[in-house]
Amino acid sequence: MPHLDLLKAAAESNHWMAILPELLLGSLALFLLVLELVLPKKQHDVIPAVAIIGQIGILLGLLLRLYPSFNGQYTFSGLLHHTSNGEFMRAFFLLSSTFVCVLGTIALAKQKMPRIEFFNIVLVVSAAMMLLAQSNNFILLFVALETVTVGFYILVSYFRTNPRSLEAGLKYLITGALSSGLLLFGIVLLYGVAGNPTLPGSTANSMDFTALHTFLAANPNNFLAAIGIVLVLSGVAFKIGAVPFQIWIPDVYQGAPTPVTAFLAVASKAAGFSILLILMGVFAPYNHLTVTVLSLMAMATILFGNLAALTQHNVKRLIGLSGVSHAGYLLIGVIAASVLPSNLAGQAVGAIYFYLFAYLLASFAVFGVMTHVAGGDDADQELEHYSELAKTHPFLGAVLAIGLGSLAGIPPLAGFMGKLLIFVAAFKAGLYTLLVVAIIGVVISIYYYFGWIKAAFFETWRAPLLEGETDPRPVRTPVGLAAGVMLASLAVATVVLGFYQGSLGVWLLNR
Amino acid sequence: MNSLPVDLLLLSIATPLVAALAISLGMPLRLAKGLAAAAFAVPALIALFLWSRFAGETQHATYAFLSVYNTGLQAVGIHLSLGLNGISLPLFVLAGVVGLAAGLYAIQSNAERLKTYLVLLLVMQGGLMGVFASVDIFFFYFFHELALIPTFIMVGIWGGKDRNYAAMKMTIYLTLGAMLSLIGLIALYHKSGANSFDLIALRAALLEHGLKAAASKYIFGLLMFGFGILVSLWPFHTWAPLGYGAAPSSAAMLHAGVLKKFGLYGLVQIVLPLLPLGVAEWARPLALLAVVGNLLVIGFITIAQRDLKQMVGYSSVMHMGYAFLGIATFSVAGAGGVVLMMVAHGFSVALLFLLSTSIYHRTQTFDMTEMGGLAQKAPVMAAFFVAATMASIGLPGFANFWGELAIFVAAWQFSPLLTALSVTGVVISAIYGLRSAARVFFGPQTEAFAKVEATKPVTDLTCCEKLPALILIAALFFVGFWPRSISTQLNSAIEAIYHPSAAVQAPAATAK
Repeated sequence: MPHLDLLKAAAESNHWMAILPELLLGSLALFLLVLELVLPKKQHDVIPAVAIIGQIGILLGLLLRLYPSFNGQYTFSGLLHHTSNGEFMRAFFLLSSTFVCVLGTIALAKQKMPRIEFFNIVLVVSAAMMLLAQSNNFILLFVALETVTVGFYILVSYFRTNPRSLEAGLKYLITGALSSGLLLFGIVLLYGVAGNPTLPGSTANSMDFTALHTFLAANPNNFLAAIGIVLVLSGVAFKIGAVPFQIWIPDVYQGAPTPVTAFLAVASKAAGFSILLILMGVFAPYNHLTVTVLSLMAMATILFGNLAALTQHNVKRLIGLSGVSHAGYLLIGVIAASVLPSNLAGQAVGAIYFYLFAYLLASFAVFGVMTHVAGGDDADQELEHYSELAKTHPFLGAVLAIGLGSLAGIPPLAGFMGKLLIFVAAFKAGLYTLLVVAIIGVVISIYYYFGWIKAAFFETWRAPLLEGETDPRPVRTPVGLAAGVMLASLAVATVVLGFYQGSLGVWLLNR
Repeated sequence: MNSLPVDLLLLSIATPLVAALAISLGMPLRLAKGLAAAAFAVPALIALFLWSRFAGETQHATYAFLSVYNTGLQAVGIHLSLGLNGISLPLFVLAGVVGLAAGLYAIQSNAERLKTYLVLLLVMQGGLMGVFASVDIFFFYFFHELALIPTFIMVGIWGGKDRNYAAMKMTIYLTLGAMLSLIGLIALYHKSGANSFDLIALRAALLEHGLKAAASKYIFGLLMFGFGILVSLWPFHTWAPLGYGAAPSSAAMLHAGVLKKFGLYGLVQIVLPLLPLGVAEWARPLALLAVVGNLLVIGFITIAQRDLKQMVGYSSVMHMGYAFLGIATFSVAGAGGVVLMMVAHGFSVALLFLLSTSIYHRTQTFDMTEMGGLAQKAPVMAAFFVAATMASIGLPGFANFWGELAIFVAAWQFSPLLTALSVTGVVISAIYGLRSAARVFFGPQTEAFAKVEATKPVTDLTCCEKLPALILIAALFFVGFWPRSISTQLNSAIEAIYHPSAAVQAPAATAK
């Protein structure tokens, strides 16, 4: 009978209402497939709209706090830990997937591809990310992470008639499998060590973060645990694209459909950071090790990302490599958060979230413009395709300038405030060497971001077209209503958040 | 603490920005021009009004018209805190007046895509007013960047020769300078322990417990080079002549006249009073760089210039040497001289950039060897140019004289040798200044110019060109004949924050 009691207790901790947003999102994904079966083919255009509106509805529910709050509680036998950070990331992922769906409608219109599965997979991946940000157990973390990764395998090679997209999918599959292997091996090592009954603080439940933390605190110098930690961090570093696990980024970003590249660049990276923040808390007794590893990674990441982006002419590769450098700046914030005493660490974490949010706004602004400028071959997006963009499409030009300016960290845009908050946190933590590297990185980055703006704004001489020659620049898609609203609000939010952070700033920094 | 019914400082920043937004949302050109003129006039009038009111205001820690707004970052000690003291007031007026002149000159210029041009200038103007009205050093930096970004774009789109290269070079240099300054300011904030970017709070915290000598030294170094790059300290000056040479005239007027003073102002208002130990450490190298590099080396390079706009650009780099020398003396007279000189130089260099563009419209070239005899055709323009040149050389009767005089007096106690060398700078500026006036306006007309004139008859300054020039020259004369209108307030403010009893005591005995 005790077994039944155990099961009963476990069932009682299954508060399904705690994951209501994820459940709704999953149901929405299934509902899309039902619609595809039920609706006549002519009316299939409604389905993306349903996906977008449904996500906005779920997001509004989250922002207006309509769902029952489980803040601070552990549910599902400790698989999930609901925190305010998790709430923030839930909204973050929902917002990203909504934008990806809007961009998807534009990009898919240029291809002869099945439409509905794209939106379906995006929604499932987003739900998995939302769970990931609240995970408190390696089992759940791994399952959610694999759901995300498998979803991305399909999304990256979605334009299956384009060899670049297929190549990208294969590369992502191979490197992704390697990183999953590293992560799993790390988890197993930690599981094994923490379950060793001869060690103090050993636990039967060593997949659980709380129990693992207690064990690590009791054994601060265990060699096997140290290897496990480094392996787990390597697996996460693959997601955020930190050196030396950035190798997949340029090719995959270039080959993947532009909306998927945006999803990878923003949501997948942010998912990596949200689990990194959770794990850094778990691994806190090994700070001496993790901080060294992450510091080296951050330096290499900032320098590599910026230097490699300097020579790129393909904008998708460029933004991918610049995204690598952003991962480096964010890593500085993570290091600051783990070095600082707990009363100041909250501010560093707030700085990371602010940076991520500013990065989301700016990246989607830039990717939105890219989706409009791209032609039939989605992998072929060169800097020179942007010439005279500001003249022919002033709206797209302005959005691009604001997005790139924010990524470059130019005041008065949100990206600058993110960098500032990270730098302040780094100063408080005394990370002077990292700051110097970050400054060098920022100055280098001005060159390529400004070069892109230059391509769109400044007039350059173009050879006149000979007879029979066609303009190498692809035809630019006119801006539709949904995309126009999205791009305008992204640009306005980027500018306003640079001037006035208001209650978002208060919420993020007063913790 | 603000005795005014509305916060005029906030209004002076917001008006140009709101006008810029309104114009960019779309309106007919005539209306846009009128709105822009009004939006340039409002900050200038506010500045003059506040100047007249300043003496009667009650001051809090030398600041009047104080007001504080929360923007959501109070957790890290950032507030939008606006106010003016005796040091920022003259520069605030400078920003308003030069902004008005540059704006009027742009409105009459008929540049291509004029509306976009005006929008960028208005954003720049809003930033400039904010730089000098900010008491919070974060916003001081923030507004500087807000004004800087439009400069790059204006150089890139409306620039002259080599504009792409010039825009890129300016951007990279100035970003580097700005990043160094930002790191220096964050370091100051962090080390002061005030947990606030507010200058008054920072000063109070540092008065209570000074900085360690090592911290003071490296923060001063960061800020000196950061601000130095922004003010074209030799050998980090190469962006300046190139950038000014390529920049459209109104952008050059605002940048060389006002925005570049950001770094010097930061040194006088923030760095010197808060980091006295750092000054002691760095004064000699700074003075040496300023005198040998900026004054002498650049002085000789300026003499060699044939291109009028490049010459004005180099001369503005050269005159920054006086300012750095004044800062290195670390004295009330030196710092006061620097502020006076900044104001005077702002007016005179803006006037020179304005006139060089007007000359270009008549001669179709900036090459001074292809001009000559312009005075007969355009006597009013010649008079303005000669006056501006005299002012820039530093002749008595013009504002520049008082600034340079005060700096020389202060520098004599610092180092007689460097003072003697720097006085030769006056001779150098007289050589290139008078020679350029002679080449452009007097002497026989060159053949090249005669050819240009045959296709397009030369006229004197039009009314629309005269108005901004008149504003600037009136300001130069006013300060020149009545320097006390600035110096009384300036002196009391500087004495209040530099005086040993009020300044940050940081010898080893009081350091933590």
